Amino acid sequence: MDTTVTTGTEDSVWGGGNRPLGASYGKMMMWFFIVSDALTFSGFLVSYGFSRFKFIETWPIADEVFTHVPFFHGNYPMYYVAFMTFILIMSSVTMVLAVDAGHKMKQKSVILYMFLTIIGGAIFVGSQAWEWATFIKGDYGAVETKGGRILQFVNAETGERVALADFATTLPEDRVKHLKSEGIWFEQEGYKTSFSLNEVVEGFKATPNILIRTETINEEGEKTLLNRQESLTKLLDATQVVEGANLIHNEYGSRLFADFFFFITGFHGFHVFSGVVINVIIFFNVILGTYERRGHYEMVEKVGLYWHFVDLVWVFVFTFFYLV
Amino acid sequence: MAHDHKLEIFRGLLKFKSNTQKIWGVLIFLTIVTAIEVALGITKPRVLTHNYFIGMKLLNWIFIILTLVKAYYIAWDFMHLRDEKSSLRRAIVWTPIFLVCYLIFILLFEADYIYNVFKDGFMAWNF
Repeated sequence: MDTTVTTGTEDSVWGGGNRPLGASYGKMMMWFFIVSDALTFSGFLVSYGFSRFKFIETWPIADEVFTHVPFFHGNYPMYYVAFMTFILIMSSVTMVLAVDAGHKMKQKSVILYMFLTIIGGAIFVGSQAWEWATFIKGDYGAVETKGGRILQFVNAETGERVALADFATTLPEDRVKHLKSEGIWFEQEGYKTSFSLNEVVEGFKATPNILIRTETINEEGEKTLLNRQESLTKLLDATQVVEGANLIHNEYGSRLFADFFFFITGFHGFHVFSGVVINVIIFFNVILGTYERRGHYEMVEKVGLYWHFVDLVWVFVFTFFYLV
Repeated sequence: MAHDHKLEIFRGLLKFKSNTQKIWGVLIFLTIVTAIEVALGITKPRVLTHNYFIGMKLLNWIFIILTLVKAYYIAWDFMHLRDEKSSLRRAIVWTPIFLVCYLIFILLFEADYIYNVFKDGFMAWNF
């Protein structure tokens, strides 16, 4: 009996203080969280792949959607996202440097590097907010058909996209935003478009050098352009004007694209935001000397793990949402 | 433990003098990889977009492989997996890889099936 019943805790496996796999409790739990969170993000990205494979012939081309850079006009695909990626990698680097300085017990350097990491994170979240705002606002405008397909307008000579404002006529008609209280209770308009469908159709008929671009991707990997006759026929199917994107309508093409954009980058942005908040808390703890008194900076290492994970996820989001 | 760092990357081809130097070295490498991705994404060379390997454009293969390369260096050097015990490393890496491969296989096959139903079946959704 003596051999099976042990009262002392020092020599017992279950007495605490063990470090399985050479990792402390906190670090191990952080890894548990990261692995499960990685599976959540994988679920999002794979379901994006699912919807995209379902509508592989009509999916929007990301290069044509994200073409804006703050303070610059013109067509700059991907530059801004690349900049955001670089900012996040850079803030990851300052985080590793903070962890490294923590191992050497250099409080001043940890403070500096944590500060830079927080700044990087804030720039990233700000950029993402700007990207959302641009995406929601939209740039050219389009019309939607009965079947929910999007028709965009292109200049026949230059091949460039044409904004609704460039050709839509102003008709002497009075249009009000359709509200729930004004008709059937479940029907309402989220926003009032700057032109009515009639104005767009009349403007299209009056401007001969404009063609319609459908969602279908041709063999060259570009969206299919209809000729003038086809365009005029196709325009008869239009039921409403769409400007910008939300969860229900999306001027860039498939509405699922907008839904996944909001969900995936939103979920990631929320992670970055909470990462910044946690970093700020640890930053103040470092300033107050909490870890100096504790004798080690493992807490910095643990939030570092989370921060790098956020960077790691962005690498995948960048590839699967913007590049592929 | 994390206190003694392994300072070699590229299988020992490049050895750094200190951990700080290694961090900057990895940053330069990741920046170069991202720059290549963006350059390819903007120029879209015809050779890469019109040739396929197992049903996917060569360009997309390059993007995905470069992403995995970046993920490897972020996990190994920034998240210090290189300095952890191999048992911990394997538990962390192979569990999600197995599950995610399974998920990708199932969902993409199903999606392709639905695509074919939309295309060949008597179903009109593009009206």
